[in-house]
Amino acid sequence: MSGETHDTHGAVHRHEAPTSFIRKYIFSLDHKVIGIQYIILALVAVLVGMTMSVLMRMNLSWPGTNWPILGTLFPGGAPGGMMTPEFYLSLVTMHGTIMVFFVLTTAPQGGFGNYFLPIQIGAEDMAFPVLNMLSFWVTFVGFVVILAAIFFSGAESTVGPIGGWTGYAPLSALPNSGPGQGMGMNLWIISIAIFCVGSLLGALNFITTLLNMRAPGMSLMRMPLTCWAWFTTAVLALLSFPVLLGGGILLLLDRTAGTSFFIPGGLYVSGVLSGTSTNFPIHTGGSPILWQHLFWFFGHPEVYIAILPGMGATSHILSTFARKPVFGYRAMVFAIFAIGLLGFFVWGHHMFISGMSPYSAMTFSILTLSIGVPSAVKTFNWLGTLWGGRIRFTTPMLFAIGFVSLFVAGGITGLVLGQSSLDLPMHDTYFVTAHFHLVMGVASIFGMFAATYFWFPKMFGRMMSERLGRIHFWVTFVGVYCIFVPMHTMGIVGMPRRFAQFTEYEFLATLHPLVVFVSIAAIATVIVQILFYFNLVWSMFKGEKAGPNPWEATTLEWITTSPPPHDNFAGVIPTVYRGPYEFAVPGAPNDFILQTEPEPGTVPATEGTGNGHNGHRH
Amino acid sequence: MGRALAVIIWILTLGSVSLFFVNKWWFPTAISEHAPALDRQFLLTIIVVGLSFAAAQIGLGWMVWKYRDTGSTDRAMYTHGSNRLEVVWTIVTAVIFIGLAVMGQSVWASLRFNDAPAGSFQVEVVAQQFQWNFHYAGKDGVFGRTHPTLIDDSSLNFIGIDEADPSSKDDAVHSVIAIPAGRPVELTLRSKDVIHNFWVPQLRFKQDLVPGMAIKVHFTANTPGKYELACAELCGQLHFKMRSFMLVLPTDEHSELMTLPQDQFQTRMTELLAKYKLPASN
Repeated sequence: MSGETHDTHGAVHRHEAPTSFIRKYIFSLDHKVIGIQYIILALVAVLVGMTMSVLMRMNLSWPGTNWPILGTLFPGGAPGGMMTPEFYLSLVTMHGTIMVFFVLTTAPQGGFGNYFLPIQIGAEDMAFPVLNMLSFWVTFVGFVVILAAIFFSGAESTVGPIGGWTGYAPLSALPNSGPGQGMGMNLWIISIAIFCVGSLLGALNFITTLLNMRAPGMSLMRMPLTCWAWFTTAVLALLSFPVLLGGGILLLLDRTAGTSFFIPGGLYVSGVLSGTSTNFPIHTGGSPILWQHLFWFFGHPEVYIAILPGMGATSHILSTFARKPVFGYRAMVFAIFAIGLLGFFVWGHHMFISGMSPYSAMTFSILTLSIGVPSAVKTFNWLGTLWGGRIRFTTPMLFAIGFVSLFVAGGITGLVLGQSSLDLPMHDTYFVTAHFHLVMGVASIFGMFAATYFWFPKMFGRMMSERLGRIHFWVTFVGVYCIFVPMHTMGIVGMPRRFAQFTEYEFLATLHPLVVFVSIAAIATVIVQILFYFNLVWSMFKGEKAGPNPWEATTLEWITTSPPPHDNFAGVIPTVYRGPYEFAVPGAPNDFILQTEPEPGTVPATEGTGNGHNGHRH
Repeated sequence: MGRALAVIIWILTLGSVSLFFVNKWWFPTAISEHAPALDRQFLLTIIVVGLSFAAAQIGLGWMVWKYRDTGSTDRAMYTHGSNRLEVVWTIVTAVIFIGLAVMGQSVWASLRFNDAPAGSFQVEVVAQQFQWNFHYAGKDGVFGRTHPTLIDDSSLNFIGIDEADPSSKDDAVHSVIAIPAGRPVELTLRSKDVIHNFWVPQLRFKQDLVPGMAIKVHFTANTPGKYELACAELCGQLHFKMRSFMLVLPTDEHSELMTLPQDQFQTRMTELLAKYKLPASN
């Protein structure tokens, strides 16, 4: 079945790509180019973040070792090759910030969402192409600023602020609270604020596009689950990023304008009482906990911003390669909504031990465990999708199955951490580190790996190497289990997060073998990612040519050429006649039916907006 | 490929689960009154977690083993799902998950929903970057007045005690917390600069110390001994070194310590710290 046979309604009205290099590849209005720009940004950012994690693991497992290369690269942060504690903490901060914002938020949503949401709903582009271009370039500026924090951190011995990606006040609010908390912290806040603006522009675009620009017949319930995930993610971003933006501005004012939103009175920092020195102006009446509320009101939905697109991609890919419709499509849509909605009422579970009212802790605890229900429903439906399938183990499928495995492994420990009483021992230990790395970090990344291997042929017209892809999968899958499962054990013993070294405490000595094991697993896993990068570049030029529909899939991105033309469907807006995952339909000539294939005697549903041309800009 | 993937998933599952059975990598022996109930709730939760984890992974492995494409021309099963199944698994997981959350509240409520019992031993805690200060009321049982403007680290008045206040005469400040065994303890937690966290693993207890707030918490420690005290909230450069000890003393030894004048108090603390040994790790 090829794309050329789909039913055509309406006149052919082609839009060609601009011819100048700058308009075509740099300041492009084409959602596909912008999507790829976002993906490249994430691919660069993840290298920085990953390198930082390796440096951290080296310091934790072999403390006191002299690494001559470190001494050469960071004479301030590792004098003589030995890492200073503040250098370690600045790595913690920058690793977290870069990974959460510039990898986990950009690639799944800005990258793949940008590229495929318009195509999957049958639109020629996003509703606001200029806004789309701006959203990427604003995000890019944010990334430049966060890199600037590495080089202009204000302290020779750090590569940025040392307060962690959560930037808890007043550590983050007081420039005199430690090395890196000066200019590095200012740049960190400015970068996050810029990122918030970029994400908001993107979110507006996604929501408008999805609601207004669906092709004729593309009713909401005929959309691929990826579109539901990107849409919900955009709504979460629209509602949560403004709060972080506001919080960030208040924090910057506390630092630079002498306000006291997060700084209480009577502080005595580094030997100086607030108000007795020009370097430490008087502050009074602020609340450190207010920052935590603002931060986590954003921060918890952010977790779902990172993982929902991965869930969408996983559903999409599992169905395609199990050659079977998604099990419980409607339940999946409701589960995405339930997760999105409940995600706004659980932020307090980050604050059980913060001094917040114990009664609100109880409320947050019960709501938090409730969010496990739609997550479990999704897992059951993924298993249901595989059940009775004819599974083809392509690389994207391997990663999608890995996603399910890791999502369960990471998500299920939320049952522990969501209970306020169990946070008495578990809060701020490696149990937490293990939990969120598995579910929000690694599972999301597996979703993106799956998406990359799956959509690469569409984006570049060539297949990625399956052989390299499989090796990449096996080592990464085993590797991440070896890295993150032992961290739960460390947390049970009581190992606190964000310690530059564990040598000070006797009760942690028993964990040393595990610490070393995790580091070796981490370094091996990082090295294997070279295969992925190599595969990307090699396949772009040397990969086997891909036809329009190499995976024999059903949704609209597969009816057009690989890569799609500038206006996605060569000027013909497709008409949709059926649901997104019609595999294995009894009696059909093939085991898959494209969404554009009319059933004899049926008319397209009228629910779709059918105005794919509207809002299109050149 | 399907069979290999299934086997790998099962091996990883087995490896992950068995890691939780290694005795020396478990909670240290608990010493507080609330700990047994908390440990039971943890154990119950971790069993539910382990069973759900194992069931899901075994199921996933079974799906990829059994339903791998074997090259036959048969098509996959054509189904869009089952509303009955959706309802069943939604209700079952809701009951289990929310049930766990509700059960977990009893320990929390016992510690946090009521004030410290009358007659609790009082300690004022003032944390600062990389150092703990425990303020004891002394013989008179009354804490001397403190004020931020009187704080002067260079003259070792870390918490700003007002020497002019008569009730401060017998007060003692030490970097180690000494509490009586078997008697409720109430801490008033403050911080001079940034957020810190009071964390003693054997106590199964953790609480942030937030600047600008005086947070009151209470617990009872039952087993005399010396335990490591850590700061568990990132507080800056030397956070990982913000270590001290908690001494849990038999009641008579403790009350004797508390009646000592300041200079003898310091000497006696040094003796007690040498007398008690840290628990052997599991």
